[in-house]
Amino acid sequence: MYKPKAPIDHTNAVITIKGLEKSFDDYHVLRGIDLDLYQGENLVVLGRSGTGKSVLIKIISGLLQADTGSINVLGKDINSITDRELQELRIRIGFSFQNSALYDSMTVRKNLEFPLVRNRKGITRKEIDSAVEEVLEAVGLSQTINQMPSELSGGQRKRIGIARTLILNPEIMLYDEPTAGLDPITCIEINELINEVQEKYKTSSIIITHDLTCAKQTGDRIAMLLDGQFQRQGTFDEVFDTNDERVKPFFDYNFIK
Amino acid sequence: MDTANSTSIQLKKKAKKPVSKINTFLISLYNINKFIIRFFKEAFLPPFEFKEIVRQCYETGVRSFPLISLTGFIVGLIFTKQSRPSLGQFGATSWLPSLVSIAIMRALAPLVTALIAAGKVGSGIGAELGSMRVTEQIDAMEVSGTKPFKFLVCTRVLATTLTIPILATYTGLVAMLGGYINVAVNEGTSFNTFVQEFFDPLTFTDFTSSLIKSIVFGFTIGIVGSYQGYYSTKGTEGVGKAANGAVVTAMFLIFIEEIVIVQMTSWFR
Repeated sequence: MYKPKAPIDHTNAVITIKGLEKSFDDYHVLRGIDLDLYQGENLVVLGRSGTGKSVLIKIISGLLQADTGSINVLGKDINSITDRELQELRIRIGFSFQNSALYDSMTVRKNLEFPLVRNRKGITRKEIDSAVEEVLEAVGLSQTINQMPSELSGGQRKRIGIARTLILNPEIMLYDEPTAGLDPITCIEINELINEVQEKYKTSSIIITHDLTCAKQTGDRIAMLLDGQFQRQGTFDEVFDTNDERVKPFFDYNFIK
Repeated sequence: MDTANSTSIQLKKKAKKPVSKINTFLISLYNINKFIIRFFKEAFLPPFEFKEIVRQCYETGVRSFPLISLTGFIVGLIFTKQSRPSLGQFGATSWLPSLVSIAIMRALAPLVTALIAAGKVGSGIGAELGSMRVTEQIDAMEVSGTKPFKFLVCTRVLATTLTIPILATYTGLVAMLGGYINVAVNEGTSFNTFVQEFFDPLTFTDFTSSLIKSIVFGFTIGIVGSYQGYYSTKGTEGVGKAANGAVVTAMFLIFIEEIVIVQMTSWFR
């Protein structure tokens, strides 16, 4: 069961973004994003499909390049670091993909071992096995160790995807639509897992979603992305306590008022 | 919108098309060159993915054996059978082994092997990497601090470069067997005599040029398949395009390379 967290230290930002802009051809997706993610915080980025939520975390992880703006992650400026520094930084960031992105041709064990053996030089077989068992236990799927990704359910795939990022003990977790395509009960289980991960691994997280249940259950702070900018930020109740016609329907449709 | 304006826009679009096609072609050429340079930069620096290279060699080589065996045998058999009447007109059927050996070892074995591998292996590489790209598996490798290019591309290109020459040699030997069966049935030539006559006309240049050709073909199949797959876009449609592009482009380049290498080899004869 999830326990209440310690208060968040608002002086210790692990991610600081200022004036971030990103366009794809003529489509201006992000139009001046300013954002701080604090140590130990779960920040939920809400917004409709196509508003650039996933683009934002792909920029943070260096998968996409920003057009303008500064992005500081764990003290490193993403725009000016070398490939080697980016590779080292990525080990400290976990990225859980919308479709899990498990390696089809590898078993669950091989999926989990893959980042570990390539990033921890000189690691022994015993240490690898123990790390794999630990993360599988953390996501509650020890029995799937020898299964292929195609044999897993959607929820199990999400969990294994999260386990694969946890194996490197990341300081920041980026979740891209963690509950997309899952049934409501599995959604709640994934939300609980996100909170458990935060508690156990002391991570700071950005959770991209348009699922308000997920936002309410996992978010310490919600940031609403509208028209390429964060229009509202605060707790769940603060964000939706508004008559803004761009925000209200989002809440109403999710909870079918 | 009035008709004149609409026609003007259409004309502009038509006028723009060839330019944009040339632009796209030049950009692709630039990108594939960058891709090749990146391969040479990363493939020969540690850490080496030996296990994955061996696995890819198995996928490329061993799994192609049945098809290569059948094709090689039939090529040898049919080529000998079709050449017999022409040589027969001059009473020169005893030259069949020499003719078959030169045709097979100099040209057919590397070319047939490469074309089959382009269809079977190249399309497989394109489709597999394309599917990994659209399902974000390559991105997942990248964000976990690993080097997907080294693991996925370098291993596959090295595997095709190493295995295609072996497969081509094997094709040559199987084709020789096919040719022998035809000669043995018609002339009753012994296997030892056939083999001796088969290898007699071949020179060191023949073996070297065939080997170089196979290495170049193997590299082409690997690099084209990997490039098409690694940069595929647009979902499942992109995967199909990557597989198709891998085969068509590789085959086109193989024919060009064949002409260039044959021409270059002729300078040394």
